[in-house]
Amino acid sequence: MSDQLLSALPGAASEGFVTVAEAGLRGMITLRGDLGRLTFALAPLGLDIPAQRAITQADERSLAWMSPDELLLMLPYSEAAEATRTLQEELRGEFATVANVSDARAVFALRGKGAPDVLAKLCPVDFAALKPGEIRRTRAGQVAAAIWVAGEDEMRLVCFRSVAQYMFDLLTTAALPGSEPCLYS
Amino acid sequence: MLLLTCPCCGVTAEETEFTPGGEAHLKRFGPGSSDEEFDAYMFQRKNPRGVHFERWRHAYGCGKWFIAARCTMTLEVFATYPAQTLEPPAEVIEKIRARRPDWEGAQ
Repeated sequence: MSDQLLSALPGAASEGFVTVAEAGLRGMITLRGDLGRLTFALAPLGLDIPAQRAITQADERSLAWMSPDELLLMLPYSEAAEATRTLQEELRGEFATVANVSDARAVFALRGKGAPDVLAKLCPVDFAALKPGEIRRTRAGQVAAAIWVAGEDEMRLVCFRSVAQYMFDLLTTAALPGSEPCLYS
Repeated sequence: MLLLTCPCCGVTAEETEFTPGGEAHLKRFGPGSSDEEFDAYMFQRKNPRGVHFERWRHAYGCGKWFIAARCTMTLEVFATYPAQTLEPPAEVIEKIRARRPDWEGAQ
């Protein structure tokens, strides 16, 4: 068995009217429970509980609202295991679940002015209404995805690792030069 | 296209982001009930041409169940409300009456 840690599609990248790249390993922890009662456990990380459909950032970490009883904490991969243990310890006795899902997910970065155009081909979402600081869970093609604006001309997408190849091919095809729908750019 | 607003996360999306869950507000008849009651609970479903109450799940979004009051003919959605509701809320009934004055009622 290899002790090397690999993301879903190490180094995968494609160049179209948007650059699609697999963003490498990212630590992710799913927290489920009454959001109001998770606040104290997350306070040491310097993150506020996000409002409905919001994503809050602090340094290398971000916290996303996934559903009325679920949050997704994203942090550097190397910190995930330790953070999971700490959170589990702090939430002991609470009706809450902490799970390290880092190896169950894949992250993609779409860079370029046409990033919303690429995603608009695949998702039933009006990307003009998706503002920075908001996360949108939807489907991309036939699989579930969560999308947010990560910076100027950059969008990020999280999906299950098991569908990473499908997602990469899907995004690459949607970003083929000459197929720009020019909806948002 | 059917556009639904999930009351749990506030997202308005078209139906491919959701999964239909059949008729809403069914009352369960289990052990001790008569055969007619159980038959009605298990198999008999409304199939109206017009106002209908349905369960939907925001499968690709927040994953929560909710109830939608909609028109099966025009796909107009009158309201969506949480799944933890035993019968159509009064304000939903009011909204439907405003749009469909000749509606016979939920039963």
